[in-house]
Amino acid sequence: MIGVSKMKPYTNVLDRPLSKGKLEVSLSAFAFLFSELVQYNQTQVDNIAELERRLEDAGYAVGARVLELLCHRDKGNRRETRLLGILSFVHSTVWKVLFGKVADSLEKGTEHDDEYMISEKELLVNRFISIPKDMGTFNCGAFVAGIVRGVLDSAGFPAIVTAHFVPMDGQQRPRTTILIKFAEEVLQREARLG
Amino acid sequence: MAAIYSLYIINKSGGLIFYKDYGSSGRMDTNDSLRVASLWHSMHAISQQLSPTTGCQGIELLEADTFDLHCFQSLTGTKFFVVSEPGTQHMDNLLKVIYELYTDYVLKNPFYEMEMPIRCDLFDINLTQAIQKDRVALLGR
Repeated sequence: MIGVSKMKPYTNVLDRPLSKGKLEVSLSAFAFLFSELVQYNQTQVDNIAELERRLEDAGYAVGARVLELLCHRDKGNRRETRLLGILSFVHSTVWKVLFGKVADSLEKGTEHDDEYMISEKELLVNRFISIPKDMGTFNCGAFVAGIVRGVLDSAGFPAIVTAHFVPMDGQQRPRTTILIKFAEEVLQREARLG
Repeated sequence: MAAIYSLYIINKSGGLIFYKDYGSSGRMDTNDSLRVASLWHSMHAISQQLSPTTGCQGIELLEADTFDLHCFQSLTGTKFFVVSEPGTQHMDNLLKVIYELYTDYVLKNPFYEMEMPIRCDLFDINLTQAIQKDRVALLGR
């Protein structure tokens, strides 16, 4: 910290106690950084699907680390092994650490048994972003979808995760829905566990 | 009653990047608004040179018989100006609010190219709200 008078001798990061995770960073700083991330990736691709995939990959790395950290910090090195357990872990614990609040809703898909949805009225990463008309249904929430996929995949729940805009009645702005489609093996295992 | 007639945002080289009409009076077509923007840009620059005081930042307020023009220049040279009814107060506050919206919803948007015309839905939505709020506040004063 700047301005601390007593200089502590340098200690290895592994020797220091794990932070409590209550630290917050500036939203503006994050928004600019994320904006640069999107802009950089935009220069590396030639279509929107590719851009979405790159953002998702960036998020995946975050998700894998977040799972590791949170399991160690909050759960005494245990992780969720059941489908609903891991989903509510993502919906509340992960969301709270990353975005400072629990996600607005967690629902089960009505058409398919293997689909779950996490919805946010205003996703933090999308707070300042307006998608140009020519980019169609592109959603920067792909980054968050990547985080969710990273968490689920590392916890042993492989899934396909995508981010979509869903228009809402009486609202100018659509909400963002993170759609989670679990792999078949996950559901089979879940059925076996009963 | 429309206290504000129109809002302009011009980039540092004098190009119009945003224009919006409020109310029926003082409406202008695209060519005229572009002309006003670049004209104001030049006048603003000249006024800095001609000013008798040192460290002049350019015209902040132009008072005419039928309108007032309030201007705010950001540190990077982007200029925001509103044309309003003569004698409208607290326009400098509104301009600061608009500048804040610009930094939030335009500069933090990865799809906005610097110095290019502003086409951001979120900016439009929040700007409309801010103007609305300003009008209500004006009625209350």
